Amino acid sequence: MKLSLNYREIEGKSTGFWILLGGLALIIALAGGATLFMEHEGHHVTGMSNQIVWGMPHVFAIFLIVAASGALNVASIGTVFGKPLYKPLGRLSGLLAIALLLGGLVVLVLDLGRPDRLIVAMTYYNFKSIFAWNIILYNGFLAVTIVYLWLMMERRMNKYYKPAGFVAFVWRLILTTGTGSIFGFLVARQSYDAAIMAPMFVIMSFSYGLAVFILVLMAAYNWTNRPLGDVILYRLKNLLGVFIAAVLYFVLVFNLTNLYATEHHGIERFILLDGGIYTKLFWIVQIGIGSLLPLAMIYHPTVGKSRPAIATAAALVIVGAFAQLYVILIGGQAYPLVLFPGYEVSSAFFDGQITSYSPSIWEIALGVGGIALALLIVTVAVRVLRFLPETLEDAAIDPHAAGSGK
Amino acid sequence: MSQFLPALRVFAVLLSLLLLLPQAATADDDDGGDKETLPFSELSFPEPERRFSATQKCVRPVAEMRRNHMTYILHQRDETMHEGIRTRQYSLEECVNCHAVKNDEGEYVPVNGPDQFCASCHSYASVNIDCFQCHATKPVRPSTLHTQSSTETEHTTRELSGTINPLLASEGPAQ
Amino acid sequence: MSESSNLADIARRNFLTRAGAVTGAAAIAPGVFLSVTASARPADEAVTARKRWGILVDTNKCASGCNDCVTACEEENGWGHSEPESNPEQKAHWIRTVDIRNKSTGFAKTLPIMCQHCETPPCVDVCPTGASFRRADGIVLVDKHICIGCRYCMMACPYKARSFVHEDLHDQKPWAPRGKGTVESCTMCVQRVDKDRIPACVEACSADNHNALIFGDLYDENSEISKALKAQDSVEIRGDLGLNTGIRYRGI
Repeated sequence: MKLSLNYREIEGKSTGFWILLGGLALIIALAGGATLFMEHEGHHVTGMSNQIVWGMPHVFAIFLIVAASGALNVASIGTVFGKPLYKPLGRLSGLLAIALLLGGLVVLVLDLGRPDRLIVAMTYYNFKSIFAWNIILYNGFLAVTIVYLWLMMERRMNKYYKPAGFVAFVWRLILTTGTGSIFGFLVARQSYDAAIMAPMFVIMSFSYGLAVFILVLMAAYNWTNRPLGDVILYRLKNLLGVFIAAVLYFVLVFNLTNLYATEHHGIERFILLDGGIYTKLFWIVQIGIGSLLPLAMIYHPTVGKSRPAIATAAALVIVGAFAQLYVILIGGQAYPLVLFPGYEVSSAFFDGQITSYSPSIWEIALGVGGIALALLIVTVAVRVLRFLPETLEDAAIDPHAAGSGK
Repeated sequence: MSQFLPALRVFAVLLSLLLLLPQAATADDDDGGDKETLPFSELSFPEPERRFSATQKCVRPVAEMRRNHMTYILHQRDETMHEGIRTRQYSLEECVNCHAVKNDEGEYVPVNGPDQFCASCHSYASVNIDCFQCHATKPVRPSTLHTQSSTETEHTTRELSGTINPLLASEGPAQ
Repeated sequence: MSESSNLADIARRNFLTRAGAVTGAAAIAPGVFLSVTASARPADEAVTARKRWGILVDTNKCASGCNDCVTACEEENGWGHSEPESNPEQKAHWIRTVDIRNKSTGFAKTLPIMCQHCETPPCVDVCPTGASFRRADGIVLVDKHICIGCRYCMMACPYKARSFVHEDLHDQKPWAPRGKGTVESCTMCVQRVDKDRIPACVEACSADNHNALIFGDLYDENSEISKALKAQDSVEIRGDLGLNTGIRYRGI
């Protein structure tokens, strides 16, 4: 028989805990200041322009939103697919999903030209807009996940948590489909306008979300001196490996399809060959450092068993994720719209030119603030509520798992 | 439980600060924060130079305008924006044409400037107005809203209907 | 070509709306008729789908180096010199002249590009709040009162016709309100069109005797623009997207 699982708040009395809390709060305060400055001055103090319409805040926001959806994956595997090994991780998974989504939404909202009109976004809806659907999907995701968490954590309601888990699982797939479709539905842009954007974002969410989950889990158990067994960690890192490979597959298919169509040779050449920073980010950071290197580390017979190596691999996946989103978002906009195929174009409004983008410190601060907010929510939540099992050592979660390798 | 309270408090403060950020971002548009509170009757407004008619100062009775000007402007806003209806009686431009006054040098002062017509009352009531981030604050071209001898003009043919979206109406001051 | 089918569509719609108007007029009261002449619409009457405004750009008459339509637009709508803090990439452009040159043949042209006032505008589709909208008479506008500044419409526009205002503005024109944090674009000089005048760019072009721009009602088969479109070929920029634009070009 397996031991009964005890969830317990973290103690949160150590200096380290307060330093973490204070550090995150400080980052959030700085980000708040940066945001106030941007909103007061207007977007002219940012690197964004009428050519690069969406910038660094959107890279951060989309990373957080996509990772939020993926972070819930761990809970879904336990609930929907009935894998007992993942069940003890369900609560943290749900919490992380909520925290990351909140962080992402705050960044997205504070970058609006008129954040003071948030109420308008909530009261006027254009139902043909994928953005409007996403507003509903994001709010719904928060609600669904909170209910799911409550049913999971309230002993008397435990019997209902499976259906809730199923709803949350379907909801998050739709949510990430919606996020991907923000780009997939942009018919006019060479670099977007592809149905594959939606499933690619779903797979990206699996990978990003799990990487964040592994890092948070390792940090939480390491800093609180709670035991974290190899079984669960190796299972998670192997899963991460599968997701990294799946993202690579989608990137490959996306680019191969574009390469086949002459129409898209311009943008492909830009991203893959002579796009300067975007080409470097794509090959070196996204593919090399962010995908192939962590894949090798995860599946290496000895390195793959080392905890620092697993943590590093997860961190590299996140680095690669930022590179990937930067290339998709900024790279896709830097390449000019094609109004006259076969023509050289020039104008006072930078038609036909590749536009440069250098993010300002303000927008980076806002984005980092979103990450800090997500982490702060997690830190406080595990301190006040019972999210983390006291132990995740091999014997505690599933004594047979280690032997059977199932 | 008490051991959680500090953390909770920090969290609550931070969260509320974050939620307040957008408001704070526009806070500097408010004027007169350091003023003594006055009874409304003692507020002074610059008087417009013209009257709408012999019997009426504004385009509607003053008491009505005081209470409901935002509804008239909001209604007009949506009709002009979406339907191209360009009657002048409730046009914001005509509000400005009448209520912006000249200073001693004979130049118009922005109607949303401190102590000017819009701002004096709005800062008293602590209601932020958003109109003049986009709309002109000084008269630019002559008024086409002629002062009339009667309140019935060609411009009143479209009365305010009773079907104003309550949502729009309730948002009036903020827009 | 899709052009001809689009025009056939217009003609059909024209006929249907006319027919509707006539029956509508007959239904109001005996002896009372709504006039459907080209005279000015009363200020208190809403725009209808019986008209669709459009502009035909004859690029053969567009002189290289001429920028008069752009300066006229700046003057009328108050953009161009209103954003001292913004860098050139950030400054608003409601209309711009674009030089194009065919890479294989060397054929070169200059033409103005502004909001194309699509019949099915991508910017309207994607706008989350409905701030981006198409007026009944075909003019695509931004309702800045409910624009939250998300810029998704700018991502969606195939023509790069939209601009975001990156700083506080002062001394706007009363007839063309615009401000920080919202998106804007060519309004086809809606404030003029509503008073039976022609857009500033078209006026400037004919004032110079270039006459490269014809403005008018695409649904009125007797209008100058409809006759010109019927008589000779014209294209939409990115016609492949099937947006049925209100701005059409000749000579490219």
